Amino acid sequence: MKSLAELAAIRDKMKDKVILREGSGNKRIVVGMATCGIAAGARPVLNAFVAEVNAAGLSGEATVTQTGCIGICQYEPVAEVFEGDTKTTYVKLNPDKVKEIVEQHIKGGKVVEAYTIGNAEK
Amino acid sequence: MKELSLNVLDITMNSVKAGATLIEILIDETDTALTITIRDNGCGMTEEVVQQLANPFYTTRTTRKVGMGVPLLKLAAEQTGGHVSIVSDTVDEAPDSHGTTVTAVFDKTHLDFTPLGDMIPTITTLIQGSPDIDFVFRHTKPSGATELETAALREILGDGVSLAEFEVLQWIDGYLREQYAASV
Repeated sequence: MKSLAELAAIRDKMKDKVILREGSGNKRIVVGMATCGIAAGARPVLNAFVAEVNAAGLSGEATVTQTGCIGICQYEPVAEVFEGDTKTTYVKLNPDKVKEIVEQHIKGGKVVEAYTIGNAEK
Repeated sequence: MKELSLNVLDITMNSVKAGATLIEILIDETDTALTITIRDNGCGMTEEVVQQLANPFYTTRTTRKVGMGVPLLKLAAEQTGGHVSIVSDTVDEAPDSHGTTVTAVFDKTHLDFTPLGDMIPTITTLIQGSPDIDFVFRHTKPSGATELETAALREILGDGVSLAEFEVLQWIDGYLREQYAASV
């Protein structure tokens, strides 16, 4: 049974990690979570980003956040990756594509061109 | 929407945007009826705005001129013979009790009833996006109840650890999953 004691143990383990993390984090992944996104499948996409970033040990380098309607509803689920002044817009996502994006782009630094909006518009 | 839990996520996002600090998500099931109540202490809406909500061409968003959240919930409820009601008080109207309550009633036995689906990722997604809001979630069925209050979890975690930490979200996921398994 999941107990509150277990949660307290997570807290004690996390405290040190959280301190380490402050000040870092140069990539921001923003997932569109308005009606259009949710209806198209943004909930599993967001949760895949959260899980994959953590599984790849990248929680210190990338943060996953939610936003409203990005304005390109026909391409939902959409996520934008911000690094400094650069923005990459990924469209028509699913959890499998998210896994590739985290592996190649967030971890490896190489944009997955096939899933970008530029590619979708061709 | 493929499942009602997605409508719940979508409608609750409105409470988040309304600046609520406390949001209650209550699901009551009998053998034949399902009632969803989403109650917040956010900024509230005037009667004029509430009247407009069922109109898809009314929206607060600026990116385009269509707002489908409430119309989609209304459609899902009404196609089972149920209904949606919205009660709201602005800060001016009710300085101490402002906020919005959305209630949706469904007939579970109707052919066009959309299944509730998995509420757990809806709850964890809301907490991930707004770890500082107090969420109260209660899903009651004839066989038992599943409950979560994030304020109680935050008390254990203290100031240093956010509810949005992956390990914490995973714990919440497991905690809810165990309660659901016990109330099948």
